[in-house]
Amino acid sequence: MTVQIAHSGPVTSSDEKARAREALARNSLRTEPKAVRIVVIAIAVAFLTIFVVLPLVVVFAHAFSKGIAAYLAALAEPEALAAIRLTLLVAAISVGLNLVFGLVAAWAIAKFDFPGKTFLITLIDLPFSVSPVISGLVFVLLFGAQGYLGGWLRDHDIQILFAVPGIALATTFVTFPFVARALIPLMQEQGTQEEEAAISLGASGLQTFFRVTLPNIKWGVLYGVLLCNARAMGEFGAVSVVSGHIRGETNTMPLLVEILYDEYQFVAAFAIASLLAMLALITLIAKTVLERHLDEGQDPSDH
Amino acid sequence: MTIEVRNLVKTFGSFKALDGVDLKVDSGELVALLGPSGSGKTTLLRIVAGLDWPDSGEVLINGEDALAQGARERHVGFVFQHYALFRHMTVFENVAFGLRVQPRAVRKDEAAIRARVKELLDLVQLDWLADRYPGQLSGGQRQRIALARALAIEPRILLLDEPFGALDAKVRKELRKWLRALHREISVTSIFVTHDQEEALEVANRVVVMDKGRIEQIGSPDDVYDNPATAFVHGFIGESIVLPVEVANGTVRLGDRPLDLAAGGLAPGASRLFVRRHDMLVGPPGSGAFEGAIRHVRNFGPVQRAEVALSGGQTIEIDAPRDRELRAGDTIGLEPRRYRIFAG
Amino acid sequence: MSAVAARRRTLPGFGLTMGLTLTWLSVIILIPLAGLFLKSLELSPEQFWNILSSRRTLNALRVSFGLAFAAACVNLVMGSIIVWALVRYRFPGRRLFDAIVDVPFALPTAVAGVALTALFAEKGWLGAPLAALGIKVAFTPLGIFVAMIFIGIPFVVRTVQPVLQDLDPGIEEAAGSLGASRWQTIIRVILPSLAPALLTGLALAFARAVGEYGSVIFIAGNLPNVSEIAPLLIVIRLSEFRYADATAIAVVMLVVSFVIIFAVNRLQRWAQSRIPAR
Repeated sequence: MTVQIAHSGPVTSSDEKARAREALARNSLRTEPKAVRIVVIAIAVAFLTIFVVLPLVVVFAHAFSKGIAAYLAALAEPEALAAIRLTLLVAAISVGLNLVFGLVAAWAIAKFDFPGKTFLITLIDLPFSVSPVISGLVFVLLFGAQGYLGGWLRDHDIQILFAVPGIALATTFVTFPFVARALIPLMQEQGTQEEEAAISLGASGLQTFFRVTLPNIKWGVLYGVLLCNARAMGEFGAVSVVSGHIRGETNTMPLLVEILYDEYQFVAAFAIASLLAMLALITLIAKTVLERHLDEGQDPSDH
Repeated sequence: MTIEVRNLVKTFGSFKALDGVDLKVDSGELVALLGPSGSGKTTLLRIVAGLDWPDSGEVLINGEDALAQGARERHVGFVFQHYALFRHMTVFENVAFGLRVQPRAVRKDEAAIRARVKELLDLVQLDWLADRYPGQLSGGQRQRIALARALAIEPRILLLDEPFGALDAKVRKELRKWLRALHREISVTSIFVTHDQEEALEVANRVVVMDKGRIEQIGSPDDVYDNPATAFVHGFIGESIVLPVEVANGTVRLGDRPLDLAAGGLAPGASRLFVRRHDMLVGPPGSGAFEGAIRHVRNFGPVQRAEVALSGGQTIEIDAPRDRELRAGDTIGLEPRRYRIFAG
Repeated sequence: MSAVAARRRTLPGFGLTMGLTLTWLSVIILIPLAGLFLKSLELSPEQFWNILSSRRTLNALRVSFGLAFAAACVNLVMGSIIVWALVRYRFPGRRLFDAIVDVPFALPTAVAGVALTALFAEKGWLGAPLAALGIKVAFTPLGIFVAMIFIGIPFVVRTVQPVLQDLDPGIEEAAGSLGASRWQTIIRVILPSLAPALLTGLALAFARAVGEYGSVIFIAGNLPNVSEIAPLLIVIRLSEFRYADATAIAVVMLVVSFVIIFAVNRLQRWAQSRIPAR
């Protein structure tokens, strides 16, 4: 690995000298000797390769270890298809709920002043710091046979735990902050002047939101939905606790990975895992693109 | 359309932004709210627009209680300090916004909207920018688009918050003249907020000087400059010499020295004497109310500015015409051509 | 606030959106969490203490907290090196590696779990050479440590990176012009400026690793008292219908996480108050 020092175009010798002197001056103050730089870069790259790149590569290597036919066959299993369907359904429910919540909460928090705002944001952040297993446990304690509402649910024949509602609830809990947290800082930064202008021009509240606010935050909404969706599809711990692992019924893709792996069906386990890994990679690429849009969205001449 | 506010009070936490403000604006007037930052002028404007709400008091637009209506129903054109143009819409769509959000029953058809927007863009002389986005405009252009957008809804009154505040000096001067001419053309009752006295005096029919949430004086531009009602107005508008004086037994004293100034009708006690720099006339030593020695002289455009040490010990700056010969070291007499004494 | 001001806000919808926000927050987050604490109150102090002081619980907590802290420390050091390389140096593939840092955020934990296990198993790409050296990673506490390092990297990098990027180059030039060596400048000028971000990153990586489940359980071996993490013990107790045990362990972990968020919030506020407003 080498360190590139940017030089472009033909340079005269006096230019070169001046530049060399300038580079020397800057180098001695703001950077380290070349040997140090190479060592630091080498450590960083080696660490990221071992701990991040290799695990990613290993997923695909194992998934295709018995050839592409075995890979496709594993994905075509009814159990796999059921897991994919359930994962998409659960993600759609929880992303939908959190999208609506995120927009509503961001409007209340970013566009108005009220006491306790910081505390409210901390509460919205809570799920980020709760262990996934505990996120599932709280719903078992509420809806389980011995839970607070367990008896009532049994009497009315309503199934929440070990069924889609429980999985969707636990996933919604875990992904709760994503959309709101993507929107609140963005909307706070944008202020309320455009909305005030719209109102004074005669727009209703909904017209103001859909014609003025939403177009201004659309990249932020997409960003929040993207991260929310990635986590919703990939959630394991919380879903594992509430799902009951009923094959073909309450297994999401991450849960199926575990089951197949425990049964030594490595190709099948890694085939499902490779789909989730691709989801992660697509998410990261889309995230990078969106971050560029979000940076451009800020109008520097408007201040 | 008239605007009337009665006894408006507004506090933010412990800060009194408006402390009992009364103001009446007649139909077709162009009124400036002038004051330093924090004087309450923007708060007053926002309350009239329905963007803020007073703690108590009344706002009447054309005699109707405006506080019973939200900003949306008041039909007030508001031009924001930083314009608040919708950044994702073209100039055309910005101006058309107020027409497009009207209830279906009264909304104009597309052709009528296009015609009206075109008319407004012509009025602000920016029809060639219709397809641009706000981010692609200069400050002066944004300002005029913001005005066109506010006028699109045919507002009953027009309110402008620091309309030239964010522009550089040259553009600001051009736009001032333009706004005055535009007002003459459309003659909608207007109030604008400014902290720039030159702007207020040049553009407005009437000037409202505010400080600390109160109105200090309301008058024509000439009035507030020539006959300031309070010490604040005298100090804020134009450049003044301020000297602490003592009023007793019908005479005015500066330190130990009695001044040859009329003190008729003034309450005895510590007071302040206000004189404009150019109202201090220079004469030979012994003439006039004051005497002093010139420290140094510097030319300042059409005038020369002299720093004078008064015999009482204070140092003041006066402006004199360039043809009057002043030299450092000279002793001179000074006579205020026009002055005001305010108690306190 | 007077009646007029309280009734009127310029933009519409505050009452509605705030009401919905609080309702939804309560239904999804606050009531379920409160249920957990309520459940733990059903236990007498002795019962609570007996659960926590049992050998298996203590060992699980020790494994989770101890290894999480060790992994967070490794992340602090390696994260700093990565940030320095990404922000200060130009090298081929820099943008790619910058993007890759987020993989542990985005990769589902179960996928990370099976991948790390395959990689570090005795016949795995890295497990085999390590086994030749007599080091066994998978199915030992060392495996838990590795998984916790994986999961914690982005927390340190993404908290410190923006701070280093925004650091005024002037302070380094000033230190250099005052005669400080490069090493002195880094230790005495740059490091103190980064300290709040480094501590925040450490705390976040630690908090995440303590609660981590999916990426750990595959590689852990899950031997009680040796390589069993606290979240797994909660799951086991639940499957044994020993809800009281699960609740007690969960409450301890939750309280620790809340203390950490509180500390991080304080730290952030303190760090912001040190920086003059720009």
